[in-house]
Amino acid sequence: MYGKKVKFRAAFILLVLISLVLIIYLSLKTLEDNVVYFLSPTEIQNKEEIKRNEKVRVGGMVKKNSIKSYTNYISFILTDYKNEINVTYSGTIPNLFSEEKGVVAEGTLKDKNYFIANKILAKHDENYMPPKVNNSLDSK
Amino acid sequence: MLPGQIGFISLVFSLFISLILFFFIFQDYKSESQAPSLKVYSLSFLQLLTIIISFFCLVLSFVISDFSLAAVYQNSHTTKPLLYKISGTWGNHEGSLLLWLLVLSIFSFCFLVQSKYTPKKYRLLTVLFQNIITIGFLLFVIKTSNPFLNLFPVPNEGLGLNPILQDPALAIHPPILYLGYVGSSIIFSSALSAMIHRFVNPSWADSIKIWILTPWIFLTLGIMLGSIWAYYELGWGGFWFWDPVENVSLMPWFSLTALVHSIIILKKRDTFHSWVLILAIITFTLSMNGTFLVRSGILNSVHTFANDPERGFYILTFLFLLILLSLIIFFIYQPKDNSVKSFFLFSRETAISVNNWFMMFFLSAVLIGTIYPLILEITKDIKISVGAPFFNIIIIPFLVPFLFFMIFGPKLKWIKTNENLMSKKLIFNFFLSLVFSSIIYFFWGKATLLNSIIFLLGLFLLLTLLFEFLETITKKNKVNIPRIISHFGFGLLIVSISLNTIFSVEMDINLKIGESYKFKKYELKFNSISGKVEKNFNSLLGNFSLTDPKGDISYLKPEIRIYNQPSITTSEANIKTNFFYDRFITMNNIQNSEFFNIRFQQKPMMIWIWISALLISLGGILSVFRQKD
Repeated sequence: MYGKKVKFRAAFILLVLISLVLIIYLSLKTLEDNVVYFLSPTEIQNKEEIKRNEKVRVGGMVKKNSIKSYTNYISFILTDYKNEINVTYSGTIPNLFSEEKGVVAEGTLKDKNYFIANKILAKHDENYMPPKVNNSLDSK
Repeated sequence: MLPGQIGFISLVFSLFISLILFFFIFQDYKSESQAPSLKVYSLSFLQLLTIIISFFCLVLSFVISDFSLAAVYQNSHTTKPLLYKISGTWGNHEGSLLLWLLVLSIFSFCFLVQSKYTPKKYRLLTVLFQNIITIGFLLFVIKTSNPFLNLFPVPNEGLGLNPILQDPALAIHPPILYLGYVGSSIIFSSALSAMIHRFVNPSWADSIKIWILTPWIFLTLGIMLGSIWAYYELGWGGFWFWDPVENVSLMPWFSLTALVHSIIILKKRDTFHSWVLILAIITFTLSMNGTFLVRSGILNSVHTFANDPERGFYILTFLFLLILLSLIIFFIYQPKDNSVKSFFLFSRETAISVNNWFMMFFLSAVLIGTIYPLILEITKDIKISVGAPFFNIIIIPFLVPFLFFMIFGPKLKWIKTNENLMSKKLIFNFFLSLVFSSIIYFFWGKATLLNSIIFLLGLFLLLTLLFEFLETITKKNKVNIPRIISHFGFGLLIVSISLNTIFSVEMDINLKIGESYKFKKYELKFNSISGKVEKNFNSLLGNFSLTDPKGDISYLKPEIRIYNQPSITTSEANIKTNFFYDRFITMNNIQNSEFFNIRFQQKPMMIWIWISALLISLGGILSVFRQKD
């Protein structure tokens, strides 16, 4: 009925399509479980429910005189000048991490006021501001 | 003052020359002559020369610290060491684009000179497309990112270069990476030109192979250099972060790697025409895209440096036009591949298709993971980030079949393979690898099953290639050597990374001077701290002694540097390297406290990761030289 060439083409196109669907499906499925949302302290306060062990990133400024250090961890307060949240962290502390500077921390929320960070992201720019803090500073 | 002016004039001059060149190429194209006229050669040379002059004027301005130029003022400082004054030239947006232009014109000129044995019209058209890209970038540089912009009044001192960029690996990283990115422009231009002239055939494949291998080698080395820099400078001790900026350099690498393989099919079997062309277009698009994403600042990255929406818009428009052009050409001149060359399932054609399938899969996964956050931010204003877990989940399991095909694929013959692939040697290798990986899996709790399987296959690949290498080296026909070396490098990379993941020891701790800390049979003691004043920074040296499980003591000296200009604090890792592992320590101060934040890591096989990347590109280099014979 159909020539060999046509069959070959059809099989090839079918294979490509299947691969494509497979790739997109797999990627999106994995993305769903591995996406980390970026929130500001205010957004955390306004959140309706806190999922336990959900990974999030919180961005804000480190409050003045709030850094406390211990052997195994440090604690500090993150603020966007409207709301604040307590953070504990153990791990590498980037050099640009200091009070009244912007910081992005990744970790899990215990409740609306308590955040356990497992990573603090270093930004290479000393004037860096987390995106949403920038907005709330502008609107002030 | 003067070099800046000469540089700018030279750049404008170059734009004129390019426009004239454009015209002469057209004229030449219609003429009956057998070869491009001398005018085309000399104008191309002039184009290259003016860009070289312009580039060296900028370098000179940086060297003499001419702060009348905004680019120099913003990125340099008189006290900076000479090497970093020079590398400061391309450590910023404007200068890096000038470097991009320089590399582009070098490649165009080299192509014109080297392509002597190909049809005249094809050659001219390729140069024409290159010229279009050059003009686009010249306009871009002159209009939106002029590196020779003047400042008045002239400042006395510059702002300095971000200290983390003051590093030997990062000084040469951008030029090498650009040689890879921009080198792929030749593949793009020549693919379009070959399509129009119905020249997509084995002899085209033969002539273009060297232009595929060269950017591939540089891209491999460029990515490696960036990774080495991130390893010791960013202070986390990792060598790959799946950061968007890293991903955009990895994507063209995947498509180039696919191209390196599929061009062989075109050359040997005269099939896969359209696919090779699509890959050629994809590769350059991804390279341009890399420049766009990094330079426009829209990537939410830990490496983010420059921000300017207008520039991003320009590159995006230019990129869009180029893609449109190539799509139009593709649909009009698409090669009518009337002769479907049949081949059987067990053939090298299948093996290479499988390689290409995996490359495209890895590419798509990385692409989705990189641009998904951008799309979500634009459409829904939600900020998310996609981190290492996504890439690990989606890519690592697929390494299992990938490695399997990599072991058996190259053993298959063209068209059809009848012989039995299982030899005694192969079975022996398999059992040897199985023994090693089982020992690791059952006796070290940290090794996951997946990790062990990948280690097993990586080792299997390594051993197989080792035997193949020993066999080939004694034979007269050494045609397989480049492939064996590159693949061996990849196997080594897999084995090293697996061992690195399984056997890494790491700990983070806050210590005061004089304190010590015990963990897993190691003991780390913070003995003292000492200060040192250097030309452009002050440093604090921590003196640590580490007692390892055997009782041997080693001394580690991490450093905190406080740079004067700009005033930034960085920590310099202290790394003790040997053949088996790296010991890596960083120290950071914590504000308002006597504690120092210490990160210690023992990372096995680190040096082998770099060696394997070198081997991968060495295979490419050997292959280029084989081409010349």
